Amino acid sequence: MSDYISHDHEHDGIDRRGFLQCMAWAGTGLLWTVSGGVLVSKTLAEVAKTGSSLSTATDLSFLQISDSHIGFNKAANKDVTETFKIALDRINAMPTPPSFLIHTGDISQLSKPEEFDTFDQILKSCRTKDVFYVPGEHDVINDGGKMYRERYLKNVQGKGSGWYSFNKNGVHFIGLVNVLDLQAGGLGQLGDDQLEWLEDDVKGLGADTPIVVFAHIPLWSVYPKWGWGTSDSERALGYLKRFGSVTVLNGHIHQVLQKVEGNVTFHTAMSTAFPQAAPGDAPSPGPLNVPAEKLRSMLGLTSVQYKQGKTALAVVDSTLS
Amino acid sequence: MNTIISKITIAALLSGFSLFAVAGEMKDASTGNAKIEIKDFAFNPQNITVKSGEKITWINRDEEPHTVVSVGKKFQRSPGLDTDQEFSIIAGAPGTYEYFCSVHPKMTGMIVVVKP
Repeated sequence: MSDYISHDHEHDGIDRRGFLQCMAWAGTGLLWTVSGGVLVSKTLAEVAKTGSSLSTATDLSFLQISDSHIGFNKAANKDVTETFKIALDRINAMPTPPSFLIHTGDISQLSKPEEFDTFDQILKSCRTKDVFYVPGEHDVINDGGKMYRERYLKNVQGKGSGWYSFNKNGVHFIGLVNVLDLQAGGLGQLGDDQLEWLEDDVKGLGADTPIVVFAHIPLWSVYPKWGWGTSDSERALGYLKRFGSVTVLNGHIHQVLQKVEGNVTFHTAMSTAFPQAAPGDAPSPGPLNVPAEKLRSMLGLTSVQYKQGKTALAVVDSTLS
Repeated sequence: MNTIISKITIAALLSGFSLFAVAGEMKDASTGNAKIEIKDFAFNPQNITVKSGEKITWINRDEEPHTVVSVGKKFQRSPGLDTDQEFSIIAGAPGTYEYFCSVHPKMTGMIVVVKP
């Protein structure tokens, strides 16, 4: 891969072409950084061997986990609690623990209290204690998300059905809810109240504030036929257009997909429970059965690094294999 | 009462055992029961016509949970149905009733209730 910079409009040592190349690499399990204007990529194995070479130059690192589906017990993975534990073991083994975790929904399979209890119990083993949540549709099946809000959104003073924002190290984080009040035949949905709140929430921020948005269902049209998109996400993204760096983290589709559009990077995470087929690759988006020895290579977590002064955040996926 | 439901029964069969013979079969003439199979993220048959007083039963054959939720809340919604779980209603007043799965709203269906 070529690593010269052809355009450096923002004097940040990265041009659009280079950025896109980097993002293409990230999905294959490579870690990338910008150092002295040169793009550097490393395999995750290399990072593990040499310790966290990133940590010295990184201002903030956090980790995304998603789609734990505690309670699922079908052929695609008969022990989702075990694979969730393995994911936490990986986090605990990181040379520099992440500042916090983001869970992008579907903690449970059927919104049952005992499923949430099991999740909470296992999570206690994680060294990183700070966790920010947004619900998935599996978490809000029977009560419109009431139980979920009480359990996971109490500390963040969620507005409406649970959306909220917070700041860490100069980065503005926005947790959105797009799994409630869904309409027949439709996709994920944010709704007017949440969109108005979002517009207001970012109004006072400088355009150089890095933005991280996280929600369960993708905020871009991954595959609407399978419901993999959010009907009013365009409006949300419109409010974020003026910002130099927007990173959108989603779950729901149990696989890594990414897209870069202007200054916006879209990224979906692997599940810790079971994989799903690539868009349109199966009759429906149900659990994908793979040989047992292959399963862990299709489950995983996502690490995100932010270095002050750089526009783009480094997003790195690693599997449980 | 403008609901089609006079009674709700939930038969949660946790085994693969089914009360009904053939998946996808629309009606059992002997009992007047209508059956809707949920498979591959679709209601099958998607549209069904029943008489007032008839029982309608959905059974989930997917490994994903699904729900049966009336558009406009015209009948009682189902809880989350796990694999092989069933949900039944009794058709009430004649009319057209649209419904969907609130977990996967792309899944839609329609019940037309006619006079007996």
